[in-house]
Amino acid sequence: MKKHLITLALLGLLAACASDKSKEASGTSALTRAPIDDRSSSSSSSTAADSNADSNNVTQHNPESTTESSNQPSNDTLNDPNSLLAKRSVYFPFDTSAIQDSDIPLVQAHAKYLAGHGEQKVSVEGNTDERGSNEYNLALGQRRADSVKKMLELGGANSGQISAVSYGEEKPKATGHDETSWAQNRRADLDYK
Amino acid sequence: MLKILRGLLAVLVMLQASTANATLSIEIIGAGEHQIPVAIAPFGGDEKSAKTIHDVIAGDLLRSGLFRVIDNEGKAAPALSEVNYPDWRGLGAEALAIGTVSASTDGRLTARFHLLDVVKQSELVGQEVSTSNAQIRAIGHRISDLIYEKLTGDKGIFSTRIVYVNRLGKRFNLVVADSDGYNEQIVLTQNEPILSPAWSPDGSRLAYVSFETGHAAVYVQSLHINQRMVLANFRGSNSAPAWSPDGKQLAVVLTKDGNSQIYLIRMDGSDVRRLSANSGIDTEPNFSPDGQNLLFTSDQGGSAQIYRMPITGGSAQRMTFGEGKNFSPRYSPDGKSFVFTHYEAGKFYITTQDFQTGQMQILTEGGLEKKPSFAPNGKLILFASEARGHGILATVSSDGRVKQHMFTQSGDAREPVWGQ
Repeated sequence: MKKHLITLALLGLLAACASDKSKEASGTSALTRAPIDDRSSSSSSSTAADSNADSNNVTQHNPESTTESSNQPSNDTLNDPNSLLAKRSVYFPFDTSAIQDSDIPLVQAHAKYLAGHGEQKVSVEGNTDERGSNEYNLALGQRRADSVKKMLELGGANSGQISAVSYGEEKPKATGHDETSWAQNRRADLDYK
Repeated sequence: MLKILRGLLAVLVMLQASTANATLSIEIIGAGEHQIPVAIAPFGGDEKSAKTIHDVIAGDLLRSGLFRVIDNEGKAAPALSEVNYPDWRGLGAEALAIGTVSASTDGRLTARFHLLDVVKQSELVGQEVSTSNAQIRAIGHRISDLIYEKLTGDKGIFSTRIVYVNRLGKRFNLVVADSDGYNEQIVLTQNEPILSPAWSPDGSRLAYVSFETGHAAVYVQSLHINQRMVLANFRGSNSAPAWSPDGKQLAVVLTKDGNSQIYLIRMDGSDVRRLSANSGIDTEPNFSPDGQNLLFTSDQGGSAQIYRMPITGGSAQRMTFGEGKNFSPRYSPDGKSFVFTHYEAGKFYITTQDFQTGQMQILTEGGLEKKPSFAPNGKLILFASEARGHGILATVSSDGRVKQHMFTQSGDAREPVWGQ
């Protein structure tokens, strides 16, 4: 039994190491990317005040950030909590993938932003609730992500800016077995890179 | 560095096969219509081995739901010539298993056992069962299979294995275990989702879906040697691997050309051929036992239903009709029926349908049930369910009577598939 506990602990360490390393990697590259995305390009004459302002921008990140890493673009419009762009999720009724009328302005706002910032990349992540088979839900999540991607493209974004991925029911935000939880999971997230 | 770590991890998890305890606890909640009363006399020979064999056989027969195990009341192990039939008859037994177990100097374990008809006072079957590596539980399971086959006429499934995924928070474990939950082997462990494990026809490999690269991709991994390959990693989602009965190719679901469609792909990942051609979702392909057809889930008609098409492609024939939606079809081992998940009025039910009559039979009470698969004898169905707030595995017999719940020690059990 002790031997197995040690093995388990070792495995846990290795697994943690593996996943931490991949997180570190994305974090590091994002930090080096941020200056490129910085729209205040007059930072060529970066004074102490300017770099303070920049670093303030970077730290003032969107409090609603849905991703764990610090790779949010350091752009005012995108990180303004009062702007429509602060909303990064589109929700769906059960077993549907069409974007609801009430969400069209939101998606179009993001499309316009992407159209105006050709360097900006975004990953659209489709999710579902737990009802139905895991495989069907993987397909449904993909269809939801593709649905948002299509509307972004119609709104002026370049298809090269957008990747669409599905997590199906595998990464639920809410884990209850009732409609309150299910409704939160039937969604597509816009994850800006 | 990451690659080396992953490789090391794979080797480590394969070496760790815990035999100490069952990691699945099994509750029996339904039994068969008629239960044959069987007594298992204590086995002669090494006391510890004898007790294990007794417990394994008793557990197997009880779990089948078709036997009542008579308490042997601590009797001594009788030799064949010493059996007092009226004595056992008096306890209510119709059949009696007796035997001895011995270990040879080279580590071989051998059990000699007899199954006796208590009423007719005759021998039904007498056999010697041995293993080369002290797998005492395997001997017990083999004896259970022999008893089951002799008394029911059907093949036993006590020596079979199952695969499932256990999720604990963000942690996913791909687990292979004996069908009674013992001898758990963790095939893969990671903080990204794993789903859709599929046994190769010879039971030596698993295909499965892993999100380790950030999206769904299909892998094939050996259960005996340190070998793992990527089968499909195209743009979008790669999922739902299903082996052809000859083990030479698989059906998979890819979204690389837009929507989720079914493709065939060779075992080495080459020769990708598209089979379905519609603008809907086609998924969950399953080969017929003769390898000629595929059952699959499709919403090409407007809602998820079961369809069948030949592996050469071409038009799909709709199999399920009426109210509700239908998912996750799997052929029975004899190819005469299929099991699937039926959704109606807010609940999911495990259901079978006969190909010839088209008749549907709902086997369960309904709830959050899914992912049904047949045991190799076609008499039991394993599926995923939910109880006490956790994901559990469950079984139901093909007549709906025998029912069990199987709980993992922690986390949620999901995505089960019965193997050989």
